[in-house]
Amino acid sequence: MSLQINEVTKKFGEFTAVNQLDLTIPEKEMFGFLGGNGAGKTTTFRMILGLLDPTKGEVTWNGTKIDYTTSSVIGYLPEERGLYPKLKVRDQIVYLARLRGMNKRDALKELEYWLDRFKVPEYIDKRVEELSKGNQQKIQLIASMIHKPELLILDEPFSGLDPVNVEILKKAVIDLRDNGTTIVFSSHRMEHVEEMCEHLCIMHKGSPVVAGKLKEIKRSFGKKNVSIKADFDLSFLDTYAGVTKVKNTMEGKVLQVTGEDVAENMIRDLVPKGFVRKFELEEPSLTDIFIEKVGAVYE
Amino acid sequence: MNKFWIVLSHTYLSKIKTKSFIISTVIMMALILVLSNMSRLIEAFDDDDKQKVAVIDQTEDRLFDPYKNAVKGVNKDLSILSVQDEKEAEKLVNADDIVGYLLIEKDDSLGFKGTYKANQISDSMVSNDLLLALTQLKSLITANELKLTEQQIAKLNTPPAFKTIALEKNAKTEEDLNQARGLVYVLLFVIYFGVLMYATMIAMEVATEKTSRVMEILISSVPPVTQMFAKIMGIALLSLTQMILFFGAGYLSIKQNLASMDEGFFSFFGFGNTNISTIIYAIIFALLGYFLYATLAACLGSVVSKIEDVQQMISPMTMLVVIAFLIAMFGLGNPSASYITFTSFIPFFTPMIMFLRVGMLEVPFWEIALSIALMLITIFLLGIIGAKIYRGGVLMYGSSKSLKSIKNALQLSKKN
Repeated sequence: MSLQINEVTKKFGEFTAVNQLDLTIPEKEMFGFLGGNGAGKTTTFRMILGLLDPTKGEVTWNGTKIDYTTSSVIGYLPEERGLYPKLKVRDQIVYLARLRGMNKRDALKELEYWLDRFKVPEYIDKRVEELSKGNQQKIQLIASMIHKPELLILDEPFSGLDPVNVEILKKAVIDLRDNGTTIVFSSHRMEHVEEMCEHLCIMHKGSPVVAGKLKEIKRSFGKKNVSIKADFDLSFLDTYAGVTKVKNTMEGKVLQVTGEDVAENMIRDLVPKGFVRKFELEEPSLTDIFIEKVGAVYE
Repeated sequence: MNKFWIVLSHTYLSKIKTKSFIISTVIMMALILVLSNMSRLIEAFDDDDKQKVAVIDQTEDRLFDPYKNAVKGVNKDLSILSVQDEKEAEKLVNADDIVGYLLIEKDDSLGFKGTYKANQISDSMVSNDLLLALTQLKSLITANELKLTEQQIAKLNTPPAFKTIALEKNAKTEEDLNQARGLVYVLLFVIYFGVLMYATMIAMEVATEKTSRVMEILISSVPPVTQMFAKIMGIALLSLTQMILFFGAGYLSIKQNLASMDEGFFSFFGFGNTNISTIIYAIIFALLGYFLYATLAACLGSVVSKIEDVQQMISPMTMLVVIAFLIAMFGLGNPSASYITFTSFIPFFTPMIMFLRVGMLEVPFWEIALSIALMLITIFLLGIIGAKIYRGGVLMYGSSKSLKSIKNALQLSKKN
């Protein structure tokens, strides 16, 4: 059981939205999809869901093409949030759940469970337009996963939420994965992907620039970060051999270096100069990788 | 349950529960009750409206009394009184006691002539009645001068027998035609409003789903074609519900008024002798027209991205409906005109114009069948194209310039 994206290309006229995307998304895992605006994430999702047909290649789930016969095992949270503004939460969710093959009673039971879990049981009889944006998002997330899908596609699930709600929703999504749902999930927020996803893919202008296991991506990236705080002037480090990037902070610097050996040399040079309050060698963050990879393509 | 039925029942039930639907239905039913009781209402308001006209007789022939009788015979709500001169009459007019006054003078060549003076001469009813009575009086006097017997007078006044007979065997008689015209007129209005209103409702419904972005979830679980036709059927059911309520209200109140209606203008409208086949055709053509325009409206609604653009987008469609209606209205007077026959086969015009012909004339069955077949084919084709536009349209956001966006939508839904 896995989602296969085989050499998929999508063109709109002359414009290539997705170019030769080739991915295998393992089952019962959370897969992160990263990319700037217009990178082709939403187009890829729409192709996975069968809303758009690829110009070339194919997408399969468990070896078969996804279409309307499989819609009861697929869940989708679109990037552009949308619910019927005038309908009550109850009618809305029950309708959408029935379209995903649930019966009315189960849908109501599940809805009550999720509203309780999201600490908003009183919303069941409210109209969607009366809810705040964040709460609408909770309802929308419920709509996408109420039928316990095997494959859940979340397009920017946590954007526009306060930190407390992000945690609640994140917990719910993680539970779903632990119960065996395969989740594909896109975000601008690197830390969410870093925290939750084992595999990921960074898209840029329709092409994957990095894809694979998070740990391996980090390891193969090679570069590391050194964070330094000291009582003396650190400006000589800006031109130090092996330093590729410099970021000044309030009390020191964060440097990107090409490898551990650079850090070793650096600390040897630092110690004679005075008191070093902090010297830490860190793994590169996904943000660093993203900026490096996507930025490199820009240049 | 099948997804088609889920969407259909959702469309129907959620629409029927909305306040705007309930309110508009109630208002419309109230309006129907008022209209169907119109003749009674008019009578109730018209009661004390006995109009008085003063007459100044300057002929020395003592015309007042015979004239009074003649006026009574023409209009019993009009009473006249005799005054001496214009000054007195004007005083009465200014005091609002009379609506005007008639001056009867001697005329050498014609015997006598009349002049009617009033503040407002817009009410031609009064002057017409006065003229009619005066004419009668004059022929009476002339007859007396000629010393005609009563029989001779009667003979003089009887119009010749005149009949119109249609040569075609099944053609409707003049009387039937007048009755049919009334019914067709009313039903044309119903078709016109029905098609326009419910097709617009479809376009709004689709556009609302699209602009609220719920569409993307919907099309990931229901095929767009299923969704589109389920919605069209749902609104069709809604319209039938509403129509049944309207007709029910109208029928009940008309039935109650049947006695008072027989003499009123309703008999002119052919309600007294309602033609069942005309009504059945009205339902068939209204439904077909609805399906045709609803399919069109659904695709148009699917390409807009802002709800404000809906009206602009469907305006070409609205124009088609209006044109059909106008042609039908012109055709009411002359339903056998060749342009009516021709346009009745154009699918977008068929629902109104073919119905007009069916209601007014004896149309060979094959012509009706042909026009219905043409409509069904058009609906089918529109359905296929529409589903494609719909499929692409709902994923498309941005400016909505009609033709361009339809082209884009088609491109988006292409297989490759």
